[in-house]
Amino acid sequence: MYRSHVLVCGGTGCTSSGSEQIINVLEQEIASQGLEKEVKVIKTGCFGLCALGPIMIVYPEGSFYSMVKTDDIPEIVSEHLLKGRIVSRLLYSETVTEDGVKSLNETNFYKKQLRVALRNCGVINPEDIDEYIAYDGYEALGKCLTEYAPEEVISIIKDSGLRGRGGGGFPTGIKWSLARANDADQKYVCCNADEGDPGAFMDRSVLEGDPHVLIEAMAIAGYAIGASQGYVYVRAEYPIAVKRLQIAIDQAREYGLLGNNIFGSDFSFDMELRLGAGAFVCGEETALMTSIEGHRGEPRPRPPFPAQKGLWGKPTILNNVETYSNIPQIILKGADWFASMGTEKSKGTKVFALGGKINNTGLVEVPMGTTLREVVDEIGGGIPNGKRFKAAQTGGPSGGCIPESHFDIPIDYDNLISIGSMMGSGGLIVMDEDTCMVDIAKFFLEFTVDESCGKCVPCRVGTKRMLEILTKITHGTASLDDLDKLEELCYHIKSNSLCGLGQTAPNPVLSTLHFFKDEYMAHVVDKKCPSGVCKSLLSFEIIDDKCKGCTLCARVCPVNAISGEVKKTHVIDKSKCIKCGACMEKCRFDAIVKK
Amino acid sequence: MANKKCAIAFSGTQEQEQELMEVISSYKEEKGALMPVLQKAQEIYGYLPVEVLQMISTGLDISMAEIYGVATFYSQFSLNPKGKYKISVCLGTACYVKGAGDIFDKFAEKLDIKGGECTPDGKFSLDACRCIGACGLAPVLTVNDEVYGRLSADDVDDILAKYSE
Repeated sequence: MYRSHVLVCGGTGCTSSGSEQIINVLEQEIASQGLEKEVKVIKTGCFGLCALGPIMIVYPEGSFYSMVKTDDIPEIVSEHLLKGRIVSRLLYSETVTEDGVKSLNETNFYKKQLRVALRNCGVINPEDIDEYIAYDGYEALGKCLTEYAPEEVISIIKDSGLRGRGGGGFPTGIKWSLARANDADQKYVCCNADEGDPGAFMDRSVLEGDPHVLIEAMAIAGYAIGASQGYVYVRAEYPIAVKRLQIAIDQAREYGLLGNNIFGSDFSFDMELRLGAGAFVCGEETALMTSIEGHRGEPRPRPPFPAQKGLWGKPTILNNVETYSNIPQIILKGADWFASMGTEKSKGTKVFALGGKINNTGLVEVPMGTTLREVVDEIGGGIPNGKRFKAAQTGGPSGGCIPESHFDIPIDYDNLISIGSMMGSGGLIVMDEDTCMVDIAKFFLEFTVDESCGKCVPCRVGTKRMLEILTKITHGTASLDDLDKLEELCYHIKSNSLCGLGQTAPNPVLSTLHFFKDEYMAHVVDKKCPSGVCKSLLSFEIIDDKCKGCTLCARVCPVNAISGEVKKTHVIDKSKCIKCGACMEKCRFDAIVKK
Repeated sequence: MANKKCAIAFSGTQEQEQELMEVISSYKEEKGALMPVLQKAQEIYGYLPVEVLQMISTGLDISMAEIYGVATFYSQFSLNPKGKYKISVCLGTACYVKGAGDIFDKFAEKLDIKGGECTPDGKFSLDACRCIGACGLAPVLTVNDEVYGRLSADDVDDILAKYSE
């Protein structure tokens, strides 16, 4: 028994900000104070509040140390762990109140959250199967194998109302029953862990923080549809996730939770990892399966759906990581419990990856139907530097931008689609007044042009033409006709593309055209970029009154576009200026403005 | 502008070839072996020169056309050698919104190469990468396995200086 446990986040965010060194120094300090039999250091998965990393929690007190530096460790060890005096100045400031320390669950970031998919992340050691088992792990699998028939498992999932968390929101139970209904000598259970949506990292967090939940859920899915083999298609860009998942699979095999005759039943199931190699289109189900088969990850027409003919022509189900991570809890707590959370058609919770211009970047899990305002303002802590909220982008390159006028919309699958965006995998990027919406639309189109697999013409050629028009707009050379053409192209690509990538690629353009038409008009008609982002439309000027003639700007200008004598007002020659902004950065008197 | 991609001749060693052959024979019987074999081959050689692809083609009995198709489809595979220090700037949405595009441009300007290229001395290569899932630290970049977060364009010089010694 240890009297104190120190949990240090070993997720990607905190590892990037140096949590490995923190753990090393911490263990050395604890050893040098002779506390190694009393204090245990545990490397956990992500706590969610990545903006404050590296993060460390000391139990039983629950003291939440944020932005920990290695230099702070000796003090924490000698004061807190040895003498029991919490080092208040190093705590997350929100947990420090006048009357002492308040619990993490009462802070704005955690108060409104409800953790189902992420319940073990940041709580257990992901590399130790016993810790997962201690938190009811593999109990749901045992219950399924000993108490329920496969059909009963499927009907529980159906009744829970769980929908796919990866994009389209297809009801999971129906997917399973379709695959169950097809007879075959071999069936497969696949997991999409190829989280390609830029700005979303919840799947990575589950893989890194709670890998066993995925194994348990996939085994349950295998039992339900009658499959004995599973594949996890995981991004090679997630090395920590790959490593921990492999450790988890090995441990599960050792405990007999994967392999033959699990829990003494006649059900056998095993699984393997397959690494992706950086192709966004492989998030599409048929493309993912083609990639597992070892080919170019190109999608194919449906039907036949994977439930009929999937991997190697056999009935297959594919769900994403977050979907699976809900399954064991639904089995243990019942369909009614899950269905009691959320809105009428979207049950349960959803994890969002908050990013962009927001104070508390990180992962949050909230019940479906929470409003955007609650997520951005209350949990996310609002916009930094006193800037104004402009839009929130959901659904990545397939989604759209939600303007301030829809700030109070309850977030669920259907509401997001009704305003031209989509849930996608749950990336939520916040943009402030300095973000140009035309530039963002162009950014997403660059992404889809790059990632289009090239198999069908509407997507391969269409997105390229859209990008060309958007480039013209940001260069100030487009006409109003181009705007009409752009919109028309959007509808053609949406209705004629082969797979989800092409069908949703125009969404970022359509939604910004709809909500931010004025910005497009400013670029096209006035040849101005209101947010000051599109370089071709900017011009730099020196304000006479403010210029002291220090010559600094003239010296940093890479093209000698600035002239003027010492202690006299300088001028920028606009025909030479390349708009690099170096002069503005260097000016100490705020005398240079961009318009 | 001259092509600055490193035209370094293939210089595989006996040991590397031995290792590759072991990988090939361990995957030979497995379904869908090509991707994992290419991934291991790239780990061994650092990139996928045509000589290596030919060994894989013979070993797995898959045509060069198909192997080339797969190797060029996925962005992770590189047919050209990378620099000693591989700079990957994340251009995921969260990083882009926070100015990763400017950081990328500054590296390109300082190193005088484009994305996907390598400096003539083989020291630095520059790539734009997709989200690495460290959005909380945006904008981020990696140099080999080292992660740098919460950057601004001003940090570019310091990072280059650190590796230029």
